[in-house]
Amino acid sequence: MTNRFVTRRGVLKTSAIAGAGLALPTYLRAQESGFTNAPTGDTVTLGFNVPQTGPYADEGADELRAFELAVEHLNGGGDGGMLQTFSEKNLDGTGILGKKVEFVTGDTQTKSDAARASARSMIEKDGAVMISGGSSSGVAVAVQGLCQEAGVIFMAGLTHSNDTTGKDKKANGFRHFFNAYMSAAAMAPVLESLYGTDRKAYHLTADYTWGWTQQESIQAATEAMGWETVQNVLTPLAQTDFSSYIAPVLQSGADVLVLNHYGGNMVNSLTNAVQFGLREAQANGKDFQIVVPLYSELMARGAGENIKGIPGSQNWDWKIENELGSRYVGTNAFVKSFGEKYGFPPSQAAQTCYAQTLLYADAVSRANSFNPCAVAEALEDFEFDGLGNGPTSYRGSDHQCFKDVVVVRGKENPENEFDLVEIVEVTPTEQVTYEPDHPMFSGGSLGSCNPGA
Amino acid sequence: MDAIILQTLNGLDKGSAYALIALGLTLIFGTLGVVNFAHGALFMIGAFCAVTLQRILGASFTTIDETRTDFLGNPMQVETPYVHAWFGPETGASIIEWSVPLAILFSIPVMLLIGLVMERGLIKHFYKRPHADQILVTFGLAIVLQEIIKYFYGANPIPTPAPDALTGSYDFGLLLGMDPNVIIYPYWRLVYFAFAALVIGGVFAFLQFTTFGMVVRAGMADRETVGLLGINIDKRFTIMFGLAAAVAGLAGVMYAPINSPNYHMGMDFLVLSFVVVVVGGMGSLPGAVLAGFLLGILESFASMTQVINLIPGINQIIIYVVAIIVLLARPRGLMGRRGVMEE
Repeated sequence: MTNRFVTRRGVLKTSAIAGAGLALPTYLRAQESGFTNAPTGDTVTLGFNVPQTGPYADEGADELRAFELAVEHLNGGGDGGMLQTFSEKNLDGTGILGKKVEFVTGDTQTKSDAARASARSMIEKDGAVMISGGSSSGVAVAVQGLCQEAGVIFMAGLTHSNDTTGKDKKANGFRHFFNAYMSAAAMAPVLESLYGTDRKAYHLTADYTWGWTQQESIQAATEAMGWETVQNVLTPLAQTDFSSYIAPVLQSGADVLVLNHYGGNMVNSLTNAVQFGLREAQANGKDFQIVVPLYSELMARGAGENIKGIPGSQNWDWKIENELGSRYVGTNAFVKSFGEKYGFPPSQAAQTCYAQTLLYADAVSRANSFNPCAVAEALEDFEFDGLGNGPTSYRGSDHQCFKDVVVVRGKENPENEFDLVEIVEVTPTEQVTYEPDHPMFSGGSLGSCNPGA
Repeated sequence: MDAIILQTLNGLDKGSAYALIALGLTLIFGTLGVVNFAHGALFMIGAFCAVTLQRILGASFTTIDETRTDFLGNPMQVETPYVHAWFGPETGASIIEWSVPLAILFSIPVMLLIGLVMERGLIKHFYKRPHADQILVTFGLAIVLQEIIKYFYGANPIPTPAPDALTGSYDFGLLLGMDPNVIIYPYWRLVYFAFAALVIGGVFAFLQFTTFGMVVRAGMADRETVGLLGINIDKRFTIMFGLAAAVAGLAGVMYAPINSPNYHMGMDFLVLSFVVVVVGGMGSLPGAVLAGFLLGILESFASMTQVINLIPGINQIIIYVVAIIVLLARPRGLMGRRGVMEE
């Protein structure tokens, strides 16, 4: 028996009407507000996209803790953390523009495709109006591009490649964290005072966007002060045993080894370098030295004893206000909130993610709108203080934050498991600032803001 | 010349790890016919045996030191290891310091048990299934084991240093009449090489000179006939699985001071070890060892600056290039039996 009421044309018509009906609310919402995922009820949703699995899962977990804490403070919970010290006073604990802040999380797996998929899901299914998170520059660049296409704001977490606010910068993307150029500019004077101007450097570099820009930056900065670059060897990102790369270093005539590695790469290459006796070795009549341009507390913990005495740079350190005074106000308030909630001090990844969430919320409040173009305008050339880094500005021409950079060194006699690095010096903002058209950052343009509607 | 000696040492050292893992893989494939993708996970669990023993020996009690404060300004909680309290700080510190060598003893029963449970609980159900099914289930098992380790130990590498007496490096250059610092090599890597040679020699001696080993070899050659003689070959093969797990575990324990263990380290070695097995010849124990050292040395030479300058990127593909050449020229591998993997 056949059902004569069902025809092909009928099915097509019904499907078209149903499809249009389902799409209508989204279309109307976009048309009504003029931008993607405009919050309609009494809540607003933020999307936190961090590595929850894979080699950076511990770092991602710390970022997520900071995001949760920031949301708690924005909604009036806890002790308010850095809201108390933030130079802007628009955030009063009632959420953002009176809307309670909710959040969804995604797992980047430290893979660009997985990160884009989770960000897309948070935007399209969960209605996230802002995406934040990081731990890999490759991932940050990929997600930033997606947010630009989708018409939401991307507040980058830990991403250190010059490209994020250089050739891959986007109008909808903003970075609070420092970058490879800044690390190099901050470290050069410290390296000069520690090791002099007559040095020969051997570089081992992770073979991807961050490694390349980090190596290029530190090579330029050290050569400018008189160092010679003997060799730069690119190492595969998946490399675990670096002995074959470390073994030839002493024979190369170099007296400094620069490890442009991050995370597990850095832990392994540094461990191998120490095993091969480089820290005790003599070359060219001098003590051999090892330099790690980008530090993190988790890396220091993984490297253990091997990190002692090795210099590097950080975006922030949890001891900075205690050691260098009230210029870095906000640090102690954040450490107290975070420490009391989780039982240990926050990492620099946590601090940048917390700061980015507050900066976004504040920009929305000042713009009086969630429209990404209004938010972007509020963030551009915005100057602020009280978030732990000292006076800071968001440069409008590339959406990069400019602030002091902390130069640290592995502590010789740590008092406890959190006391792994000591602050050697803080390089002031002026010394790490560069022109927007600097060759290391050229090749891309912000383009125009995309509200997505 | 000095660079060649140095990279040969490096290659032997890398090859030690490849050979040990490949030896276990081959034992399992040769006896049970199973392609075990969880073997890398066993190597990783071995390394975490060292981490676990380090934590057990370092177990501590907390006292409050009112004279100092923690990062929140509260009185400092000071952790004192029990072994320090029981044996005095110096002896206690030495015991903790020697946790990696002690973990060799700790890991053998643990790995044997894990191997037996794996084989009896899961893998025996897949003997008669196609290799693709075996690969899928063992790969899945590897992921489960990884995630369990990550849940308990986190994703960050955990420093597991060698005893102080075995850190530092030996100056081979001085021995050969060269300048100081020309050929220096870490003590622990030399220990690792010697240990690997000992374990490999031990496995071969066990198979060659014991009745048990003789039966296993007979079973590897003709399982059916050995079974018809009234010998319970399955039981012996199960024990061999446990032995292969213990070999992988020992390789992992001793590797812990070379690179801080993390939950992913097994996967890093797994693919390379399979290439080693295939190049050596599926099912050939001497082939696995030979190919392990050969590929380790080739990889080290390909990482030399002069070679990279000549052929950029060769360091990343050398092992696979060699594997392709060997498989094209001699599909059964360097020492594989005629007919195996050639049909």
